[in-house]
Amino acid sequence: MADLHFLANPARFRRFSQRVMPSLSFATGLAFLVGLYFALVQSPPDYQQGETVRIMFVHVPSAWLSMAGYALLAVLGASLLVWRHPLAALVARAAAPVGACFALVCLITGSLWGRPMWGTYWVWDARLTSMLLLFFLYLGHIALSRAYDDPDRGDRAAAILALIGAINLPIIKFSVDWWNTLHQPASVMKLGGPSIHPAILTPLLWMAGSLLLLFILLVLVRTETEIDRRRLEIAELSADQAA
Amino acid sequence: MAPPILDVSDLACRRGGRRVFDRLSFTLGAGELLALTGRNGSGKTTLLRALALLVRPDAGTVRWQGADVMAEPETWRGRLAWLGHLEGLKGDLSVRENLLVAERLRGAAPPADRLDGALAAFDLSGLAVRPVRTLSAGQSRRVALARVALSQAPLWLLDEPLNALDAPAQAAFRAVLQKHLAAGGLAIAATHADLGIAARSLELQA
Amino acid sequence: MSGFIALLARDLHLVWRRPGDVAVVLAFFVVATVLFPLGIGPETNLLARIAAGVLWCAALFASLLSLDRLFVADYEDGTLDLLLLAPWPLELAALAKCAAHWIVTGLPLAILAPFLGIAFGLDRSSLLALAATLLVGTPTLSLIGGLAAALTLGARRSGALLALLALPLCVPTLIFGAGAVETMAIGKNFTTHLAILGALALVALATTPWAMAAALRQAGE
Repeated sequence: MADLHFLANPARFRRFSQRVMPSLSFATGLAFLVGLYFALVQSPPDYQQGETVRIMFVHVPSAWLSMAGYALLAVLGASLLVWRHPLAALVARAAAPVGACFALVCLITGSLWGRPMWGTYWVWDARLTSMLLLFFLYLGHIALSRAYDDPDRGDRAAAILALIGAINLPIIKFSVDWWNTLHQPASVMKLGGPSIHPAILTPLLWMAGSLLLLFILLVLVRTETEIDRRRLEIAELSADQAA
Repeated sequence: MAPPILDVSDLACRRGGRRVFDRLSFTLGAGELLALTGRNGSGKTTLLRALALLVRPDAGTVRWQGADVMAEPETWRGRLAWLGHLEGLKGDLSVRENLLVAERLRGAAPPADRLDGALAAFDLSGLAVRPVRTLSAGQSRRVALARVALSQAPLWLLDEPLNALDAPAQAAFRAVLQKHLAAGGLAIAATHADLGIAARSLELQA
Repeated sequence: MSGFIALLARDLHLVWRRPGDVAVVLAFFVVATVLFPLGIGPETNLLARIAAGVLWCAALFASLLSLDRLFVADYEDGTLDLLLLAPWPLELAALAKCAAHWIVTGLPLAILAPFLGIAFGLDRSSLLALAATLLVGTPTLSLIGGLAAALTLGARRSGALLALLALPLCVPTLIFGAGAVETMAIGKNFTTHLAILGALALVALATTPWAMAAALRQAGE
């Protein structure tokens, strides 16, 4: 007999996500079309960096989303530990790899963007190094949640880690920034000077919006998968017992 | 029938997605022993761990003299003496050191004569200075039982207490348990074997 | 408080019975440190420049080595259950275990490192900075490592996973610890670094015991 307590919420979630998915996918696709038009066609090339500055339109939103993703993991962790919300664990499992991918995209685009300026793919720039450490924190979360035979144990351990990691992230960022100023001058990767030119702001916000929609879409899809996986595990367990 | 001191009602526990036990209720009074019986995997250990609040129950209440134990878990833990599958002893410490440390970790400081008494009750006086890792399974089980007896806790939670015990050791255990019950203590023991003492019985279905 | 002292005393007593365990960790520290000149070359200026970082990293790895046994032994012989059932806060018990770990690992490392620093050509004031920062920084490593050990208790691949979890969280301590020694080397004062290391230790003290206790309770379920 499958456990009704667990199924109550996820069933509602599935109904919700089935309803939302089509319009969300459409909105995501549309936002990308508009955003990419602005980013690739409409916005001007940088006088110094030329066309490569356009990488920024993927790099910067990826950075924002990877950080927001970890904050999400921390919030989900708290709701799992404090309120025992059954869906929190599954959404966390779904969201962690997505956040990690955004961190990786940020690192790769940052490296590609920096190559023409630095002459090499990596120079231990403060922000990229902090992003690298965030990526490692993501890897730790993903690995920990899957390190136990009992998935509940993995979920709760990862939840604690997410909370501690979230507290430590500002500290890590502060210390890496400090480390960077000590060892080399700040590398130039500004968003276009003291004020952000509106020509850059529009495509940036559109790309940020479309990547955010993509993030949500991916997390919804993966959460459904995680729900199915958990149901399968429970069903297998019951079948073993009945046999 | 003694007035109930321990009152368990509608206790439910889930492990790994399946219900181990559901709507479990019983009461226990001073001087009473409850024997938990049932097949392997029926949830006897889980029930003991749930009573000790090592495992969080999904539903139900446990009351001690009318008060909900989950409201004051630290006080509740002070009332328990626990014997699990594992002995809970440090192999590198001697028998006497283990008993002393166990009591200190409960915040107590037993006088030497009570310590010696617990050792004597299980015929461990000759082994008192031996490191526990040099003892046989039966001997270390006796040390664990001595630890429980030393604790003077009102409620004993015992998981298979007769495991690995030979006949004299089982007799010693019975004597100690009866002394505890006679003094008004309570005990719950999960067991396959017959404890040999008058007990109420609760059978768990797998 | 008496429970805290009892647990700390017990763990120190256990280490006293098996001093080889501590010696191995310190030996690893020495061997790991020595590898760097062997791998990089014995040029004195270069070694003096990298000494702080190398010694701090080696101390970090040596600290991690002994961490995965921190709770495992108690888990395997059933004494963890007794700690979970002790009538005083589990947070204090976790703290006691980390304190014991620091006394037998962090403290000896802080004492040993300056001697190795001599081999790297550090001057007197840098050696002082090294010892001071390790003294203040290694408790943080014990606390963060203790948390990682509690989170991975009973997990698969717990050793490697413990390192993966702990190392990123130890980066701030590493940066300011090694940075302090370098600041001394260029003639400036390292008190700011020491103060920050102290602050990091306080943050760890404020956050990790709660998290360790939560993780240990899950191990008991």
